[in-house]
Amino acid sequence: MDPEAAKLIGAGLAAIGAGLASLGVGNVFAKFLEGALRNPGAADQEQGRLFIGFAAAELLGLLSFVIAIILIFVA
Amino acid sequence: MHQFEVQTIFDGFRIGGHEIGFTNSALWMIVAMLCLGLFMLGGMRRSLIPGRWQMMVESFTGFIDGMVTTNIGPEGRKYAPYVFSLFMFILVANLVGMAPVGVIGLHPFTVTSHLTVTGILAIISFSIVLLVGFAKHGFKFLTLFVPDGTPVWLLWLIPPIEFFSFMVRPFSLALRLFVAMTAGHILLKVLAGFIINSTNAGVGYGLLVGIPSFTLMLGITALELLVAGVQAYVFALLTSLYINDAVHLHSHETIG
Repeated sequence: MDPEAAKLIGAGLAAIGAGLASLGVGNVFAKFLEGALRNPGAADQEQGRLFIGFAAAELLGLLSFVIAIILIFVA
Repeated sequence: MHQFEVQTIFDGFRIGGHEIGFTNSALWMIVAMLCLGLFMLGGMRRSLIPGRWQMMVESFTGFIDGMVTTNIGPEGRKYAPYVFSLFMFILVANLVGMAPVGVIGLHPFTVTSHLTVTGILAIISFSIVLLVGFAKHGFKFLTLFVPDGTPVWLLWLIPPIEFFSFMVRPFSLALRLFVAMTAGHILLKVLAGFIINSTNAGVGYGLLVGIPSFTLMLGITALELLVAGVQAYVFALLTSLYINDAVHLHSHETIG
């Protein structure tokens, strides 16, 4: 296969990772909302933890974006 | 892409073959500092009955104070100035990068969309964690890599994993902010390209593609403003968690 084409295919495959990370981020907020509606009194104290989970889930999607950028512009 | 290019505005001096010049990156960092300085100066009047501006500034300081106190505990308040400066600088730099001053010919440069800038911020945070940890606990700080209650037969496995997750922290801090800002700006650029190119291709295409892209772009711009705030918050939150690790040696919340 032409290396240039392989790079672009790899960058496209990295988009799957970004999409899966969006599932993860959605899951974090969905579960938080579910819990918060059941017990609204405890919701405010847990917002820090919500964003920790959000940051951890989001990071993996951002990393796959970095891989795509590296494949297209650097490698 | 043009908006991410660092350009020299006027030449400075040379150190060891490296040119140290005044770039647009430096310029927009100074703009962010000036905006932040103006914002803070307006709110530091210390009147007993705060006005609107002082209220605004005090809600920011109170927010960071609360975050540091819940994550580190009462002794964490001495780290509040650092976390506050970090949060406000990232927030203002992100927002200045989104500012629509392009309509009067000034093209803003998002400082935080460069790995060098976010990398330095992450290195400062990481060094503070190391300094505080070693100054407070000496070499007992290394027990951070052996959490309480680790079974003996897992001692060969857990410390390397903990060490890896500790060393990867500055990279994840820096990469998260840099990629979130870069990706957002590229997305806006691509949508803007849809509008311009479809309109150039004819009125029909302009109506069919340009108008929906423009509507989407309005939404994405609002989302980017949210992301600017959330990323600043996440950076400050993770920094305070890492400082908590250094102060308290594992109240176990290890997130990469």
